[in-house]
Amino acid sequence: MSVIDSLMLTLPELVLTGAALTLMLVAAFAGDRATRLINAGAIAALIGATLVLGREGVGFDGLYTADAFSNFTKPLIYLAAGVSILLSTRFFAAEERLRAEYSVLILLAAIGMGMMVSASNLLTLYVGLEMQSLAAYVLASFMRKDARSAEAGLKYFVLGALASGILLYGISLLYGFSGTIDYHGVAKGLADGVSMGELFGIVFVLAGLSFKIAAVPFHMWTPDVYEGAPTPVTTYFGTAPKVAAVALLVRVSIEAMGSAVASWQQILIFTSLASIILGAVGAIGQANIKRLLAYSSINNIGFVLVGLAAGTEAGVAATLTYMVIYVLMTLGSFACVLQMRAADGVHVEDIQSLSGLSRRQPALAAAFAIFMFSLAGIPPLLGFWAKFVVFDAAVAAGLMPLAAIGIAASTIGAFYYLKIVKIMYFDEPAEAYHPVTSYVESGVIALTAVAVSPIGYLAIPMLGTATAVAAKALF
Amino acid sequence: MSYPILSIMILLPIAAAILTLFLTAQAARWAALGTTLGLFGLGVALWHGFDVGGPQWQFVENAPIFGRFSWALGIDGIALMLIVLSVFLMPICILASWTSIEKRVPEYMAAFLLMEALMIGVFSAQDMFLFYIFFEAGLIPMYLIIGIWGGADRIKASYKFFLYTLFGSLLMLVAMLWMSREAGTTDIPSLMQYNFPVEAQTWLWLAFFASFAVKMPMWPVHTWLPDAHVQAPTAGSVILAGVLLKMGGYGFIRFSLPMFPEASAQLVWLVFGMSMVAVVYTSLVALVQQDMKKLIAYSSVAHMAFVTIGLFAFNRQGIEGALMVMLAHGLVSGALFLCVGVIYDRLHTREIARYGGLSNNMPYYALFFLFFTMASIGLPGLANFVGEFLALVGAYEANSWVAAVATTGIILGAAYMLYLYRRVAFGAPAGEDTAAMRDISAREWLTLAPIAAATLWMGVYPESFLAPMRNDVTSLLVRLESAAPAGDAHLKKGSPKADAHHEAAHGEAH
Repeated sequence: MSVIDSLMLTLPELVLTGAALTLMLVAAFAGDRATRLINAGAIAALIGATLVLGREGVGFDGLYTADAFSNFTKPLIYLAAGVSILLSTRFFAAEERLRAEYSVLILLAAIGMGMMVSASNLLTLYVGLEMQSLAAYVLASFMRKDARSAEAGLKYFVLGALASGILLYGISLLYGFSGTIDYHGVAKGLADGVSMGELFGIVFVLAGLSFKIAAVPFHMWTPDVYEGAPTPVTTYFGTAPKVAAVALLVRVSIEAMGSAVASWQQILIFTSLASIILGAVGAIGQANIKRLLAYSSINNIGFVLVGLAAGTEAGVAATLTYMVIYVLMTLGSFACVLQMRAADGVHVEDIQSLSGLSRRQPALAAAFAIFMFSLAGIPPLLGFWAKFVVFDAAVAAGLMPLAAIGIAASTIGAFYYLKIVKIMYFDEPAEAYHPVTSYVESGVIALTAVAVSPIGYLAIPMLGTATAVAAKALF
Repeated sequence: MSYPILSIMILLPIAAAILTLFLTAQAARWAALGTTLGLFGLGVALWHGFDVGGPQWQFVENAPIFGRFSWALGIDGIALMLIVLSVFLMPICILASWTSIEKRVPEYMAAFLLMEALMIGVFSAQDMFLFYIFFEAGLIPMYLIIGIWGGADRIKASYKFFLYTLFGSLLMLVAMLWMSREAGTTDIPSLMQYNFPVEAQTWLWLAFFASFAVKMPMWPVHTWLPDAHVQAPTAGSVILAGVLLKMGGYGFIRFSLPMFPEASAQLVWLVFGMSMVAVVYTSLVALVQQDMKKLIAYSSVAHMAFVTIGLFAFNRQGIEGALMVMLAHGLVSGALFLCVGVIYDRLHTREIARYGGLSNNMPYYALFFLFFTMASIGLPGLANFVGEFLALVGAYEANSWVAAVATTGIILGAAYMLYLYRRVAFGAPAGEDTAAMRDISAREWLTLAPIAAATLWMGVYPESFLAPMRNDVTSLLVRLESAAPAGDAHLKKGSPKADAHHEAAHGEAH
């Protein structure tokens, strides 16, 4: 494959790079006044990148792979990134002031995430991951005057750097013992039995990636970073990088370590159950809605890993289905959180302030309740379908104990989602919120609420086919 | 019938529920009443159109729109009777909440309409996962009904209700996932004929049991029920007792028995044991209750134990009896909760000691209350008698000890119900406000009289209700035949003496 062909494969990333650099120049010359324009440009770039997707092949001598799998996950990443930009304008205008770099940083992260899902070489993986992470560290501390935001950024950076180190160590072990950094080469190296060094490599790589997806026992940063980061950034953290990191984990597990399923399956089973249980138990005592959603994301990652732990094509397809539905629910919930503003317009994060929301703002409360029930996995909401497919895959792969324990533990999770519904519907009304002013935000809430409502079930056949095709590409 | 009546019966109340959210309180009441009456009409049409003795599954619809599972509906006689029970009780529930619900009326009516859609869905679903979705989705409106419009301790009750039932159902889901893999289908009628490996059946049976036993509810997982009943508004209790509890029994008859006959036979001891404890224990608990609703709630647990005993007797009398108890209990306990609601609306307390002497100032009320008390006890000629008698006959054939213990439940039932009635209706009024209570209004007549009529009908001519279900029981028995455990009754064919006696009597008359 010629260089031109290889470059054409990376066209989405090229579009984003061009846009990011151009918009950065605009920001440098026009300053923060041009923020809205830059945001619009960034969204246009994301749409453009989605439109030029579709080519398939292996480029740059195996460094970069564009296939059905990456073509499925990238639009989801771009969607989440785009919505995070949409949700940012009003928030930053109200909290501090609009700053032009926000969407540029998101675009840069999107390039990194695109590389993460397309990486078929351990070094591309690392470069993509770092590119995404560096943008994320800046985004976490984006509110310069807010101590919590600065703290979140610092925490994220220090722990993220540690995780990157662990990951890199794992990569070096895999390289040392299999003699290559190419996924397929590593797979060949593992096929003839897993040596102790390779096993350590696998464990370290999984540990590093577990940090990125916030799976137990590498989840400690999540509540603090979610709480401290500005809400639109939290929305972004909860969605796009999660999708990218999960997709990356899936590809590494299946393509590079697919010949040694038995050595990582038990690790994933443990991580998955620990995340489900700890995510559920940890959320119970939370008083801050963003912390609660952070634990909820840990809990959800546990369910995602159930699908991956199955190690089968159906399991990968289930994981992807879960991520799509999870992104919708998370975007919707955070858009609701953005509406939690006191009468003077200041954002609040206290769960108790939701008291009696169903009588103050019935539509908002109904949407929030839909997201909560959906996250809890109660049918007929779409969140049930997400859990259904991952557990179905686990059962099909013969992991009955994992399925039974995981599903039983989701009752614990239901408890705190119910608590939010209880506060909104059963408690006496608290002080009124500032009315919803942004059409964009109410639009996001309405669209995601409809998507996860029973109407979303009509999309199941389409989603099923698309995820099956994407999963097939890895096997 | 050419139009998809079952889909209409599910989608109509959902549409109406969304509509009522945008109406004023009074308009929402009328809209809900109109919709539920319309659905009752459709239910009657369904009964009328049901071909007794025709194919097992009728009004079948199948639209594979969800990929992995389909929108498959269809009913047999058992489902038909339970749907008719649901649509019959619904308008009564709306009427019963007419004035007692004052806050957030549109949302209340919407929740009830949603409930109705989901109940009809549960009984008519022919796809396992569609069944699960309806079965589980009912938690949301019921959680809201208990939590928003319930009594003082409603929050705890709503959590208990939700989490108990959710936990049970989730284990069932795992079993369903395995079954759909093993059998390669999600179609309930096909699964009912599929022979699962015997060693797997035990696990599957237990997983389903976890769900249905909670829903039923069986001792010892019944503790959510008294709380939920006590805290729920009157109409909520009626629906809970009248229909939601029937989902457990329906589940046994649709899933556990036909799909896992061998496991059912193996674990009969478990069901009998739990039911025997339930009959005696909850009856004794009911005897000492100070709260009227709690008393009736415990009596529900005891009555539901007759259902499980009858179902697991593995014979026609037992199963038909269990079905009749389900229908009769739906009517009678629903009516008893309405009776409690009538006086609760006047005095705003459920404490038995605060009442007394109501037969003086509320004669019609006392009459209705007595009527339903007697029905609950199992007075011949009223609904419960038929079912309980048949269930006990069936149980006696299967295991005489179980029958003996269960029968004490009937005696205890008479004790606690009559004791309740004496304290409420007879004796001296507890206070002036009690003595000043008005008799039932026209609206309350409208809620109680239809149930009384149906109770009488079911007691005097149960054939109307048994006929549609007979063939389904037969096919269930055929399915169970190979696995049915031997009873201890050692039945033998009777000698032809009776005939001679009959002829002799015939001759004497001449």
